[in-house]
Amino acid sequence: MAKLRGTGMSAVNYPTGMNLGGDPSQALIHATTSGSFVVSLSATDLGQGLRTVIGQIAAEALGVRMEDVVIDTADTDTGPHDMGTFASRATHRVGNAVMAAAQEAREALLDVAEDELEAARSDLEFDGQGNILVRGAPDRSLKVADIAAAAQFKYGKTIAGRGVYMKPRSPVDPETGAMDPDSTEAHACTVAEVEVDTETGEVTVLSIRSAYEVGRQINPALVKGQIVGGAWMGMSHALYETTAPYYPDPDHNPKDFSEYLMPGAYEMPEIDCVVLEYPSSNGPYGVKGVGEMTANAPIPAIVNAIYHATGLRIDELPVTPELILRGLDAKERAASVASAADTTATTGS
Amino acid sequence: MGSKIITFVLGGREVEVMVKPMTTLQAVLRYQLGYTAVKEGCRQGGCGSCTVLVEGEPMMSCLLPVEDVAGMHVTTLEAITPADGLDRVQQAFLEHGAFQCGYCTPGMIVVSKALLGHNPRPTRQEIVDAFAGNICRCTGYEPIIAAVEGAARASASKAAQPG
Ligand code: FES
Ligand code: FES
Repeated sequence: MAKLRGTGMSAVNYPTGMNLGGDPSQALIHATTSGSFVVSLSATDLGQGLRTVIGQIAAEALGVRMEDVVIDTADTDTGPHDMGTFASRATHRVGNAVMAAAQEAREALLDVAEDELEAARSDLEFDGQGNILVRGAPDRSLKVADIAAAAQFKYGKTIAGRGVYMKPRSPVDPETGAMDPDSTEAHACTVAEVEVDTETGEVTVLSIRSAYEVGRQINPALVKGQIVGGAWMGMSHALYETTAPYYPDPDHNPKDFSEYLMPGAYEMPEIDCVVLEYPSSNGPYGVKGVGEMTANAPIPAIVNAIYHATGLRIDELPVTPELILRGLDAKERAASVASAADTTATTGS
Repeated sequence: MGSKIITFVLGGREVEVMVKPMTTLQAVLRYQLGYTAVKEGCRQGGCGSCTVLVEGEPMMSCLLPVEDVAGMHVTTLEAITPADGLDRVQQAFLEHGAFQCGYCTPGMIVVSKALLGHNPRPTRQEIVDAFAGNICRCTGYEPIIAAVEGAARASASKAAQPG
């Protein structure tokens, strides 16, 4: 009985957005009388940080401070349509919709600013701190909040913008299968190290190291959060979690946390990542999606590491101790049959 | 059996509640008193999201009949949060991105407070052991462990400052 170590690798190309497209996201932006911009959406923040990232994109595109942006989501009874938070699509799709809406709102704001500052459109600029300045005349500037108030009370105007982003649905050519499945792809390479206990069948993950190429990072801390959290989820999927051990028979489904296994803090391996940025051509500021892929890359890396350690090619998930032990037994039996055959062959000659 | 009146000290203030026997501390905190930082992930001791401090020790409030805390001090995340700003453990969670959906966070912070209270410079292994009863579905634990280490360092360097 031994503890065997192995190293495995995987590489992932991950599409951003719903397969073949046809998944719109809409955004509506309006300025309140106090000069904050409300961004109305229906996309859900699950904790991945959508509100933060969209707030950053909206502030940048509007030319205002992030604290002047209010993200109002996700009441699907009242919000503009969104296909949903899935397929690593939200930052890309919603971000693009928000940029379009911001552009329209910004134009409406500049219409009023032209009158209020008595300056030509081409001379107006945002300082990103909540002011609109007249280029070359530093003493002539107005707060965005004051312009928004003037729009509403003096000119009777709204400051608002609408945005939608949709990659049109791509038809699949029935002859050739040709299609345009996604907007952009993120990439990952993961190397996992494991130790397999041949007595108990238990697999311990020692490390998960990855390189991710995710386009432009709007918020590096949140990207890292996805990668580290995803490493845990991938490891959990590889070795622990299953909804139906005797699928499709539901009788033995796990019913609570004592039966539905997940790794805890104690099982966490060393996790390390580097992030590369090759901006996409069609995401807001060059983003790609970094969501689901972070949970995918660790799985084949771990299964390959188990193969490296034990020689067992396992093609079922999760890789339970039972699978390992049965695999090792089968291998041993096959080896002894082979050596018995060898012996017979030798003595027979 | 009829209802009983139970008195305990919640975040420094004495509270009195009327409960049926075997009502859990979790149910009282969340539904009678509105302390919603006490989460309800499983109601069977499996997730740690309902953890509160009872006399300074982390306990899963879903497993505690409120009668058992009669006369005792109970602390929830609400009482750990200062009126102004954040507690140093909360601050460290923020700085290390130690939450995503935030569902496990109240339990994690309560456990961290108790750990650092007993052991101001815990080793990584001691931190991991402290979280044995707490599930996080989002972060991969690593940022949470880093936050506790960060909070320990922050208070050590504060203690080292003169004055
Ligand atoms: S709700 Fe108490 S441990 Fe899950
Ligand atoms: S942050 Fe979501 S469960 Fe921990």
